[in-house]
Amino acid sequence: MITSLTVVLIVFFLFKEGIGVFNKKPIEDGYVVTINKNNPVKNISSESIKDIYDQKITYWNQLGGTPDSIILFRLEDISNYYTDEQIGENFEGLANCINRLVDSLPNIIAFFPEKYLAPDFNGHNLNISKITLSEFLIGKEWFPTAQPVAQLGVMPLILGTLWVSLGAILIALPLGLAAAIFMSEIAKDKVRNIMKPLIELLAGIPSVVYGFFGLVVIVPLIQKTFDLPVGETGLAGSIILAIMALPTIITISEDAMRNTPRAVKEASLALGASKWQTIYKVVIPYSVSGISAGAILGIGRAIGETMAVLMVTGNAAVIPHTILAPVRTIPATIAAELGEAPNGGLHYKALFALGCILFIITLFINLTVGFISNKKKHNNH
Amino acid sequence: MYKIESKNVDFFYGTFRALKNINIAIKANTVTALIGPSGCGKSTYLRLFNRMNDLIDETRITGNIFIDGKDIYAKGVNIDSLRKNVGMVFQKPNPFPKTIFENVAYGLRVNGVTDKKIIQERVETSIKLVALWDEVKDKLKKSAFELSGGQQQRLCIARALAIQPSVILMDEPTSALDPISTAKIEELIYELKTQYTIVIVTHNMQQAGRVSDTTAFFYMGELIEHDKTKIIFTNPKHERTQNYITGRFG
Amino acid sequence: MQKINEAKLAKRKKQNQFIAFWIFRLLSYSIIAVLFIILSFIIIKGISAVNWDFISKMPEDGMTKGGILPAIIGTLCLVAGSIIFAFPVGVLAAIYMNEYMKDSIIKKLIKQMTDNLAGIPSIVFGLFGMALFVNKLGIGDSILAGSLTLGLLVLPIVIRTTEESLKAVDTTFRHASLGLGASKWQTTRRVVLPIAFPNIITGLILSIGRVSGETAPILFTVAAYFLPKLPTSIFDQTMALPYHLYVVSTSGTNIEESRPIAYGTALVLILLVLIANLLANGLRKYFGKKVKMN
Repeated sequence: MITSLTVVLIVFFLFKEGIGVFNKKPIEDGYVVTINKNNPVKNISSESIKDIYDQKITYWNQLGGTPDSIILFRLEDISNYYTDEQIGENFEGLANCINRLVDSLPNIIAFFPEKYLAPDFNGHNLNISKITLSEFLIGKEWFPTAQPVAQLGVMPLILGTLWVSLGAILIALPLGLAAAIFMSEIAKDKVRNIMKPLIELLAGIPSVVYGFFGLVVIVPLIQKTFDLPVGETGLAGSIILAIMALPTIITISEDAMRNTPRAVKEASLALGASKWQTIYKVVIPYSVSGISAGAILGIGRAIGETMAVLMVTGNAAVIPHTILAPVRTIPATIAAELGEAPNGGLHYKALFALGCILFIITLFINLTVGFISNKKKHNNH
Repeated sequence: MYKIESKNVDFFYGTFRALKNINIAIKANTVTALIGPSGCGKSTYLRLFNRMNDLIDETRITGNIFIDGKDIYAKGVNIDSLRKNVGMVFQKPNPFPKTIFENVAYGLRVNGVTDKKIIQERVETSIKLVALWDEVKDKLKKSAFELSGGQQQRLCIARALAIQPSVILMDEPTSALDPISTAKIEELIYELKTQYTIVIVTHNMQQAGRVSDTTAFFYMGELIEHDKTKIIFTNPKHERTQNYITGRFG
Repeated sequence: MQKINEAKLAKRKKQNQFIAFWIFRLLSYSIIAVLFIILSFIIIKGISAVNWDFISKMPEDGMTKGGILPAIIGTLCLVAGSIIFAFPVGVLAAIYMNEYMKDSIIKKLIKQMTDNLAGIPSIVFGLFGMALFVNKLGIGDSILAGSLTLGLLVLPIVIRTTEESLKAVDTTFRHASLGLGASKWQTTRRVVLPIAFPNIITGLILSIGRVSGETAPILFTVAAYFLPKLPTSIFDQTMALPYHLYVVSTSGTNIEESRPIAYGTALVLILLVLIANLLANGLRKYFGKKVKMN
């Protein structure tokens, strides 16, 4: 009951804050973006606005307007156009100045606080549309503090998370399976009784210690081995996550293998199969659902892991192309940015929305595992 | 010449002497039933014939067991070949998590047969031998778990037959089956003995009476008597045998 | 008929098995080796940093010198706080589920929910704790908020281990007690709980190990970057060992100079977890034997 209540509460708060991101304009509170009223361009997407201010778009005709170059205006540029007297000591003339400026320059785009928007403003106040779910999910840029318009595309973060986790599982699965086979089928009881608590201990080491170990040992190692400018890479994250996911994979697959009925193993041996043939032809197929449950839970552990990844992956919010480049995962983003995001603001809500994505992914993983183990029970009866 | 001969066989679990000086000789193409109360050692004894007890730690055998005149516990014996020659059927049906076809083909594959035609042929012959062909010929690619318990057990027998053993060990093969499936298996045992030497452990006196040519009665790790089934059931030499058999019948 | 040389085949099978088993053995041992490398690395590097001053003094000079006392105390407070919350709630929930609830869809659903809760990443707990305890309930960044968040995090562990230990109690004990006219609660309290107790305690110790190492949930609910004083109430912020390790190793004022502090902190943290694990394992073995002897 209490657990269900907690889950419900978590869902409620997470989604309440997370969905808020779609009710807010991705522009800083109380700011506007305006253009000259004669400019044929009437709607500019938030991505284009960012590109304009990044000077990736410099001519209006790139947005379907006249072939003139764009004049950028930020509030601090005002002194290039007007004197201090005109602006006034307490900025009382500022609204008027901006109004005149926007009116006189047909190729201007101006970003300034709404309170300096004159009542008789002559320009065109751009309508910044709220971010949509699909923009959020497939947007290729994550730059929540960008001015004037925040970029909230989570694609690089999702891909970063999957990329690192996939790498981790590729390393951990063969190792984990080998250990599970060794412990359940090959090792003597004595050896197994020593190994099992050690594997549990591996699971008990705090993630921040793994992160620290990764930072001081694995990161420099990778940097040297591959001769990279920085060692904080997706690969470093994958290696650390692999070590962290191992106990989950080993414990669950070993359990599954030990559940293979003795009679089935004996039947195989009685047909003249060797122990090894019995393992790969009978034991593994018999425990395949347990093994996949272990692998999926291992992936789940990797996807949700925060601190270790935060410390070793370099946290560059770009879509990864190689395992030797820095990447940034969803949990690491939340951990790194929530401290700086103003409470209740767009950035804050965007991070909660990331939390929602993470929650949905892990819920999906849990339900899949539940489904697999239920199916297994069903099969055995 | 006997097919199987056991001479002064003792068997130990650790320090516990589970079998005491067992001497039995079994002729080819006969069915021998091993009977006796639970824990008397009959299953343990059966598992000596294909060295299945080797898998249990801290066990030891003394004495000799000969199959076709060769000591199967001698040094340098190829256990895989021994097990190929001595097939085994277990208490409960225990098909592999594979298709019906692959279950029967398994023994061939692990023993190095790669020729598809031979495998195909041998699988078909074996399934026909256990009278399962008509029931499964259209679903050879389906999982063996889809069969009924009785069908699964016949499939397991077919699996044992596919590698062409000369001896078949059966460890209470019908204890988990319903009467109709049991009758089918018993019928099968009767047919198989023309080609194979069969040793069967059973708790079911009537079954021993119905299917076997000779019967061996075990008690507390000792072989009390081994004789023609007819004699054991009508005129046993030992009082214990008499008590056990009548107790069961009554 | 395909001709097969049996001796050759047997030799090949043996060889394959030999190679395969050795590969598995080596891979398994390499995993254990990784564990020992991590542990010994931190122990060797950390041991020179740890002394009485280190664990009894405040951090100094932008955390490049001095001790980690407030972090140790903070972590102990968080462990105590979360256990005080999670242990009674978790044990009661498990007793109710195992002893009183009948098998039904609702029970299954609750079980699934418990599993789901256990699968939620710790950073999500951090978000939740921030939204509910810190902001909504207005507790602010505090030991209370952090303890509650961590408590929720270990709740599924407590419930699961308690449930398992209750399940391990043979039904005949219950029937015997009920047969003597004891009520259900009397049976649970006087018969079932005492038998299950050692395993429940094992679960408790494992939760302590888990709580003391968690970082993500306390990032936004309690942890202070640098606060060289001891907490005086549950509404205070505090430093904590795992967060301190994170801070010192990634964003301190002088990362190179504070490395010894980082190694020392890692060592203290790992010792805490190690002791919890060993204790839990030892208890399990000790009581396991005792039960068998009876």
